[in-house]
Amino acid sequence: MNVRVFVPRDSGAASVGAERVCRAIENEAARRGLAVDVVRNGSRGLYWLEPLVEVEVAGQRIAYGPVAPGDVPGLFDAGWLDGGAHGLFQGQSEEIPYLKKQTRLSFARMGRGDPLSFDDYRAGGGLEGLQRALQLSPADIVAEIDASGLRGRGGAGFPTAIKWRTVLNAGGGQKYIVCNADEGDSGTFSDRMLMEGDPYCLIEGMVIAGLAVGADTGYLYLRSEYPDAWDILENAIVIARREGLLGDDLLGSGKRFELNLFKGAGAYVCGEETSLLESIEGKRGLVRAKPPLPALQGLFGLPTVVNNVITLGSVPWILAHGGTAYQAHGVNRSRGTLPFQLAGNLRYTGLVEAPFGVTLRELLYDYGGGAASGRPLRAVQVGGPLGAFVPAADFDLPLDYEAFAAAGASVGHGGIVAFDDTVDMAKMARYAMHFCAVESCGKCTPCRVGSVRGVELLDAMLAARSGRNNDDTLLRDLCQTMLEGSLCAMGGMTPYPVLSALNHYPEDFGLAPKREEKAA
Amino acid sequence: MHPQSSAVPAQADLLPALHRMQAQLGHIPEHAIAELARTYNVSRAEVEGVIGFYHDFRRTPPGRRRLQVCCAESCQAMGADALAAHAQARLGIAMGETSADGGVTLEAAYCLGNCACSPAVMLDGRVHGRVDAGRLDALLAEGGEA
Repeated sequence: MNVRVFVPRDSGAASVGAERVCRAIENEAARRGLAVDVVRNGSRGLYWLEPLVEVEVAGQRIAYGPVAPGDVPGLFDAGWLDGGAHGLFQGQSEEIPYLKKQTRLSFARMGRGDPLSFDDYRAGGGLEGLQRALQLSPADIVAEIDASGLRGRGGAGFPTAIKWRTVLNAGGGQKYIVCNADEGDSGTFSDRMLMEGDPYCLIEGMVIAGLAVGADTGYLYLRSEYPDAWDILENAIVIARREGLLGDDLLGSGKRFELNLFKGAGAYVCGEETSLLESIEGKRGLVRAKPPLPALQGLFGLPTVVNNVITLGSVPWILAHGGTAYQAHGVNRSRGTLPFQLAGNLRYTGLVEAPFGVTLRELLYDYGGGAASGRPLRAVQVGGPLGAFVPAADFDLPLDYEAFAAAGASVGHGGIVAFDDTVDMAKMARYAMHFCAVESCGKCTPCRVGSVRGVELLDAMLAARSGRNNDDTLLRDLCQTMLEGSLCAMGGMTPYPVLSALNHYPEDFGLAPKREEKAA
Repeated sequence: MHPQSSAVPAQADLLPALHRMQAQLGHIPEHAIAELARTYNVSRAEVEGVIGFYHDFRRTPPGRRRLQVCCAESCQAMGADALAAHAQARLGIAMGETSADGGVTLEAAYCLGNCACSPAVMLDGRVHGRVDAGRLDALLAEGGEA
């Protein structure tokens, strides 16, 4: 049998040369007359090692990384097809501590096989959740999700079961499942990884959601910045239909679910659920006032579940293993796991699925290895561009929705962007306002006008900060107005990064340094 | 794409139609507006409004190549500001502009989802990670432009 060599097709791995490495391996093997089968798997999420190439030796996966095309002849010389020693040798893939320490539930299959191979999916435990769901009543599926404690992974943390129950109880007639795959937050890539690396898992989660609430049609709203995910999902949907994961006769049950892919068009605000619905309807992505809730009057005015990719991607595991098993992970009201994304200035960037309750310090240092630059970490932004900056003094904060909220921060989608001590926090605050001004949908005044005024105020503070006698009264007042008066999180949470920067790093703004009492 | 259903208004196919048109023509030309309005049962103002709302859609032809430099936080933490400045200086244009010879359209992107390999750029729909000024120059040179 030919030796199997795994080279990720994930766009992150491709971005650092996986395609060229793949060609180099095929060419070198041919040149030496060696028979290898190259499998294009998903990424394990250990991005600092990408391109991470794995060789199957006696049933074990041996990892080498990061591999450059020029390394390939040397790897063959070192006998890597037999697991030979080499400077890039990382040992058995799943024994690499970064991966071994994780609790991979939603990402259990990630990187193991070919994302489009339905056999790989089935062998990895795929379809078990749907098979169980097909034996349950809709109310019992919702009860299982309720027992799991699953909350919306897109950022808001709303209990998934409550949303589903509302749609289930919204009477008969047409209903929709909408997957929010408009992953626009900087520092987040778990949605992309799941779609590129385990697309059937997301599809299965959407089908189960449909069975739970009585919806036979789904929309997957994918941002246009993810062309590779689009290609994989297009193919996955065709194969899923052929295999009975979609269509008129789900796994022979006679029940039906159909899925439509829909491409976004570069508007960040369309990650807000009502804006996203407007976008599918062919309109400007203007945020809708709530109520009515999308659960009752959503897409085309009909009852609609809108869930994030990771929320839906967690559903198959929960159905297969039971809500109680999922609920056993985590802390307080934050149950289960979250695929955290370590990004920005860290040595070991990547995806870390861990139970809630893990501290920032563990993620930043035990996993992340500190700053890539070798300098001290000064700030981390958690939860995307609308998330607060957390100073080094608060790195022991546990990742828990309520603990973060109490500290004036948000867990969001689990994206963690680290900055070293060269960061200028006043510029970051200005960027937050600038981003809001660029991306505001324009419907409400606090966001549309407030963000522009915020940029002006911060420009004035930046210009005058060397005098150290700036006044932040007006900026704080503006932030309060945006917090309280905005229609959605775009304007309502932009003050989080601005105020946290102001509170924790006043010296960057030409203000008096922070007093001791605030540090406590 | 939407399913064939009477519950779905014609307007719901407007975004897919704009994407298709732009993929073919590179932009949404003036003469297409009235036709789009008729086909999707909306006013011309609504078509213009939709095109204007979404960053992806453009009313003028783009350059032969499209370079998007990620300027979001994770890439900023790894030197995106310097990379963006280099791209602008090298091409002699600002973000949102197309070089005089029509070679390259330069855009700021706000997250390409490649935050674990920052800083990132996207060139003609392909994402590249851990990019510095030298690598960016090499990428542009590979395509024979700029």
